[in-house]
Amino acid sequence: MARRSKIVADFDAAVQGIEDGSTIAFGGFALPGSPFNLIAALLRQGAKRLVCVGNTTGGPRKPRNPDIGMLVENGQVAKVICSFTAGSRASDVLPFTPYYERGEVDAETVPQGTLAERLRAAGAGIPAFYTPAGVGTEIAEGRETRVINGREYLLEYALPCDVALLRAYQADEAGNLRFRRAQRNFGPIMAMAAKLVIVEVEEPILPVGAIDPDDVHTPGILVHRLVHIPPAPAAIWPTLKETR
Amino acid sequence: MPWSRPEMAERLAREFQDGWIVNLGVGMPTLIADVDLGGKEIVFHAENGVIGFGPVAPEGQEDIHLVDASRRYITLPPGGAIVHHADSFALIRSGRIDVTVLGSYEAAANRDFANWKVKGAKGGVIGGAMDLAACAKNVFLMMEHRTRDGAPRLLAQCALPVTARGVVKLVITELGLFEPTGTAFRVRDLAPGVTMDELRAATAAPVTE
Repeated sequence: MARRSKIVADFDAAVQGIEDGSTIAFGGFALPGSPFNLIAALLRQGAKRLVCVGNTTGGPRKPRNPDIGMLVENGQVAKVICSFTAGSRASDVLPFTPYYERGEVDAETVPQGTLAERLRAAGAGIPAFYTPAGVGTEIAEGRETRVINGREYLLEYALPCDVALLRAYQADEAGNLRFRRAQRNFGPIMAMAAKLVIVEVEEPILPVGAIDPDDVHTPGILVHRLVHIPPAPAAIWPTLKETR
Repeated sequence: MPWSRPEMAERLAREFQDGWIVNLGVGMPTLIADVDLGGKEIVFHAENGVIGFGPVAPEGQEDIHLVDASRRYITLPPGGAIVHHADSFALIRSGRIDVTVLGSYEAAANRDFANWKVKGAKGGVIGGAMDLAACAKNVFLMMEHRTRDGAPRLLAQCALPVTARGVVKLVITELGLFEPTGTAFRVRDLAPGVTMDELRAATAAPVTE
């Protein structure tokens, strides 16, 4: 049986063909799992009117690694769907904030568990679901709720994505992925929710079979393009001191 | 003398019951991870899917892949486990979390609280707070009693957009530990030397003993 390798030459080849208007899921929670090199390539690639799905728009920490906020600054984003769309203190102004305030970019601020479940539902063939998160708050205003077994729930819709950009610890040539520790976060559910899954991989890409099937977090049938991350400074490898 | 933040963490942690699964919010609540819990078995859960985490890693021993929901480099002692984000919030939504301790801008006597949107902001910082607030078995708040300008943060009703309604069980501030009753804050404990008059002056809701 022939098996095509999913390895592509570099980050630019990995993001080739991402179209204007795509909905893109960005993996990562804080540093672990964030696809910094693929975002850098997307900044060069230049696709426009993107809908960006991720935990946060990024910032205001410095030095900054590539994030959704940089795509906003680069004029590539129509809308973000995130659980953080503002700084946690009034003094923390996100790079994204002025664009949002001027109405140049739209945003949907979503409870983090609802964001995760909307992705999971999209990947599981479930069109919508009810959740208690957000009931009685501003985010539920004007939206459909339903009382089930005496408790009020808010209707939330699945969030299918065109593309997922992820960072994993290990992959084999068939695209089977292993994440390490808290790097897993949104990775497996974004891979399920997206039609095109592109992954930057920290360890050298392994031959098929090198990851035990029991240890695969995301099966290769969901993954389309893999790039091994070359050592710094040729690629972005965040260090501990950057987040302190 | 008002409680220091470590003293607030220590006092609130005394309310945890043996065997509880505990989720700590961003900021002040993370201090609870450093409290000596004595003989109690407590399992810490972080929204990003880390279950059973330990104290912050000593300098030089941090793991670049291992952070909690507050981006702190934590440790994962034997017995720890990792799940993805949807499963982490499934644990929250299905009522597996015994208590979440959240920071807050405002707490109300009617058990509402507000911690996701500041005045005039267009965006918000919801994070996992709405899921946790709606679904954890107990919601405790750990917060400052007043704003930097001296305005009360404990109110009859929230002025800011609420995170969840009718869910708060306990509120700890530097002045004391309080239980919102629906119409008032009942004092469970006062920091040493804090008087009821002082407390009433700092609180924009009825206070009962």
